[in-house]
Amino acid sequence: MLRQVHNTGMSQKILLLFLALMLIFFSSFLLGRYQVMPDKVIAILASKILDLPKTWTDTMETVVLQVRFPRIIAALLVGGALSSSGAAYQSLFKNPLVSPAILGVSAGAGFGASLGMILHYPWWAVQVLAFLFALLAVATSFLISRIFGGGGNGSMTVLVLGGMVISALFQALISCVKYLADPLDTLPAITFWLMGGLSKITNVDVLFALFPIILSCVGLYLIRWQVNVLSIGDEEAVTLGINVNLIRFVVVICATLMTAAAVSISGIIGWVGLIIPHMARMLVGPNFALLLPVSLIMGSGYLLMVDNIARNITAVEIPLGILTALIGAPFFIFLLSKVKKGWT
Amino acid sequence: MELCVEDLSFAYPKRPSLINGVSFSVDKGDVLCLLGPNGTGKTTLMRCLLGINKIKRGRIKIGGFDISNMSARELARLVAYVPQATTIAFPYQVMDMVIMGRSPHIGFMSTPSEVDLEIARSALDETGISHLQDSLFSEISGGERQLVLISRALAQQSNILIMDEPTASLDYGNQTRILKIIRGLASQGYSIVMTTHFPNHAFLACNKVAIMNGGKIVAIGSPDDIVTDGNLSDLYTTKIKVVSTKVRGMLSGEIKVCVPLMT
Repeated sequence: MLRQVHNTGMSQKILLLFLALMLIFFSSFLLGRYQVMPDKVIAILASKILDLPKTWTDTMETVVLQVRFPRIIAALLVGGALSSSGAAYQSLFKNPLVSPAILGVSAGAGFGASLGMILHYPWWAVQVLAFLFALLAVATSFLISRIFGGGGNGSMTVLVLGGMVISALFQALISCVKYLADPLDTLPAITFWLMGGLSKITNVDVLFALFPIILSCVGLYLIRWQVNVLSIGDEEAVTLGINVNLIRFVVVICATLMTAAAVSISGIIGWVGLIIPHMARMLVGPNFALLLPVSLIMGSGYLLMVDNIARNITAVEIPLGILTALIGAPFFIFLLSKVKKGWT
Repeated sequence: MELCVEDLSFAYPKRPSLINGVSFSVDKGDVLCLLGPNGTGKTTLMRCLLGINKIKRGRIKIGGFDISNMSARELARLVAYVPQATTIAFPYQVMDMVIMGRSPHIGFMSTPSEVDLEIARSALDETGISHLQDSLFSEISGGERQLVLISRALAQQSNILIMDEPTASLDYGNQTRILKIIRGLASQGYSIVMTTHFPNHAFLACNKVAIMNGGKIVAIGSPDDIVTDGNLSDLYTTKIKVVSTKVRGMLSGEIKVCVPLMT
């Protein structure tokens, strides 16, 4: 009986979170230098589905659909992707201090993007390079664990070490590219990219990231119970009937795919994938079947709010990665002081 | 025979073998106690039985079927593991832990149902810790954790239970509590293989004892035949005496205890 009460409490929490996310979503359209009234925003958005008489100006439509819409959707996608892959990695590595960057995905993406920029590739090619190098970095870490891990317990440690080595390697390569880059135009571009931000987002970028992120979310959601059991220990999971190697592989593929897609359109945004899963765990407990959807919703809402601050609080846009760290680091300390249950 | 091990050998790659030609069998209702000094291969043997270690030579059969042809999921429906109570990284509640025992019965892409929850509840009832179901696993005592892990194995509904030192680091009261539960489960028809460093527990809870040394089973049989002065003294390389004593009011009249002699 206790448990059932507990479970309806859980679905209420998820419903409330979702409603909060919807509220943030719609109010984000109202924020910005060019003022658009709420009724106009709703009409413009609805006109995409329904046939409505036009009561708004072309400028309003451009601002809502071409400027704010892609940016808001991108914030939702990137925040959701980073948080849910962070939650998945924390369960996989049985370590609450793991972030999505652990296997080298961000460093790889950073190198891909800076390479594209120094070669003066068009913007879409820069994003594709970021995406591909992100995948390459993780694939290399995974390969290292397969070759030198010797199977069993050791391979997870070797996987983390491999990720550290590959991250360091790509960081060095990024420094090389920065050293060679033209300090007047390319170097600032690379530096801004590495700080992360959504100011250049277009509807095409959103489409580019949408498919891998949704696909990976669905993949993780399908194996949510298997991941949950895996988080208590690999060997115990085997004796509980879990195909540990398969689940580990699927988690790494999904988490990598969604993080790579997110980072390639947003640049490097830290802290979200680390603290959001913690907040979600404080709210609904460590059961991955609940943790995953809650991390997704909270991560989307959080990054959208932070991005609203980034684009509105000063006349010049603040890079998103700086803000997430500025907000994230003190917030993490606050979480530490609040934690009663402990996470070890 | 419920569980039948034939000429089993195991070694990690490029290492000398840890288990050499081990054979034994466990019937329905048997409690087999594995005795042996540290590092003699007891845990390695259990890991073989659980399918964690892939065996090099020999065969493990359950109900006549070779386990090397089974998936982890199929094996988990036949054999459940009760590990030593360890720490976990996340703040799981007791019920979260116990319901994980339902995993081999839950579809690959689904989560526990109301029926699974009911089975987990009755598993908690059976070990007498229903009141703990909403407590945090990390905050209950060592004895309670052991009971939670036994409940999880019961929720798994496998007929064979493999227990790794179920009484390790528990106080006297909790040790006997666990041993009573083990005896009760055996009388329900579970087959149990357990390791222990307390030879006394062989008398208290087991009907079969196997002595392991250097990766081999050197003696196997009933506790009275196997747990003797000579066998124990050889096994632990220290002088040990098995004494019988009469206890008034007990049906069997006589109990046996092992005492190390500090000479």
